[in-house]
Amino acid sequence: MALDWEFITKYAPLYVEAAKLTVFIAFWGILLALVVGILCSAAQYYRVPVARQVIAAYIELSRNTPLLVQLFFLYFGLPNLGIVLSGKACAIIGIAFLGGSYMAETLRSGLESIDKSQAESAASLGFGKWLTMKEIIFPQAFAVSVPGICANVIFLIKETSVVSGIALADLMYVAKDLIGLYYQTDEALTMLVIAYLAILLPVSLLATLLERRLRHAGFGN
Amino acid sequence: MATENTIQLEVSGLRKTFGNDIILNGVDLTVRKGEVVVILGSSGCGKSTLLRCINGLEPTDGGSIRIDGEEVTSGGRNLTQLRQKIGMVFQSYDLFPHKNILDNVTLAPVKVQKRTKDDAREEAEQLLRRVGLWEKRKAYPRELSGGQKQRVAIVRALCMNPEIMLFDEVTAALDPEMVREVLDVMLELAEGGMTMLIVTHEMQFARAVADRIVFLDEGKILENLPAETFFTNPKTQRAKDFLQTFEFRKETS
Repeated sequence: MALDWEFITKYAPLYVEAAKLTVFIAFWGILLALVVGILCSAAQYYRVPVARQVIAAYIELSRNTPLLVQLFFLYFGLPNLGIVLSGKACAIIGIAFLGGSYMAETLRSGLESIDKSQAESAASLGFGKWLTMKEIIFPQAFAVSVPGICANVIFLIKETSVVSGIALADLMYVAKDLIGLYYQTDEALTMLVIAYLAILLPVSLLATLLERRLRHAGFGN
Repeated sequence: MATENTIQLEVSGLRKTFGNDIILNGVDLTVRKGEVVVILGSSGCGKSTLLRCINGLEPTDGGSIRIDGEEVTSGGRNLTQLRQKIGMVFQSYDLFPHKNILDNVTLAPVKVQKRTKDDAREEAEQLLRRVGLWEKRKAYPRELSGGQKQRVAIVRALCMNPEIMLFDEVTAALDPEMVREVLDVMLELAEGGMTMLIVTHEMQFARAVADRIVFLDEGKILENLPAETFFTNPKTQRAKDFLQTFEFRKETS
């Protein structure tokens, strides 16, 4: 298979632009997903009444519907209710909505893996609930959760490829566009694969390093 | 030593149930400043539960617990304040695994009592040196032996300058040769005039350290006697039987 290098050099800048959008959506979406995950897992950990049931329902809804459907709902459905959001906003909210439940579940299992006696020994030292969570429980739970969180991050970055479905010019969109216009399938897809790898390999490497460092600090009793 | 008469801890009519099980059934206990009281009793008699109630870790079902005249059982914000007066050491050490030894010890003084880092560190150094663990200040708990961890746990509680220390079977999880190093620290504390309430199965240690022995059985205090009297001349048959079991073990082992 001989690749058309002229084509590749000509359209590579398009991929760079698209990659920026992909990273932008992934970054904010994942950051929000983490915030959602932290809040939801904390509420579940403390068994906050009502919030707990609402979150359980949210998690099921979020995990058991495809991202594309969630995006369609945000992009095409909400305007009918008078809420009009930009494509980017929809994409970020969609990733956060989907990722929030994954993060919540990962963090919750991390929180639950921390022995109750840690909270008790903190309490016996005069720590209040908030301080115990902040200083004692959460840092340990987070460290335990890091491998799961990293897996979620990688999964969510890949999921952004769906946002082309609501007309956002991300990597997937550009590739489909080029194929549609010029039928240069090999070149368009090769560049697509390389672009995703360029984004994901460093993330993956960083995740490995982070996991290793945490295992090194490896406190688990 | 026990010349001061201020009442540090006053438990009266304390009741605690778990479902249908009555764990504590009207416990009355007074501990004065500087006094060392050891609670004895067979497992399941409510010893640990009593300590946990005193520290507000277990909600109670009746009666009252007062530290310095202040009610523990009322809960709430007050409880966090009160707990700073009570140091507690657990059987499973429960050091914070993600913090090194120095941070373990200084975290509460800095975050809870809002003392300066230098101030907390200074006191930590003094205390860690006293238990021979200053050199380990940068180590993480997992790098320490059980006995070392337990000594750190004691220092961690002491760093808050508590008025009373509770020890819940602190040597029960330790290898026999490490029990000594922990008990020595406790003996030293007792000699220094610390008010202590100790749950233990180490009979000889109990006899050496205690001013008073409280014998708990089925959620009630059966005996509350000066240590020597309890060991040489217990009043109840139940206490005699209890002490007998230790004699028996000694002969057969």
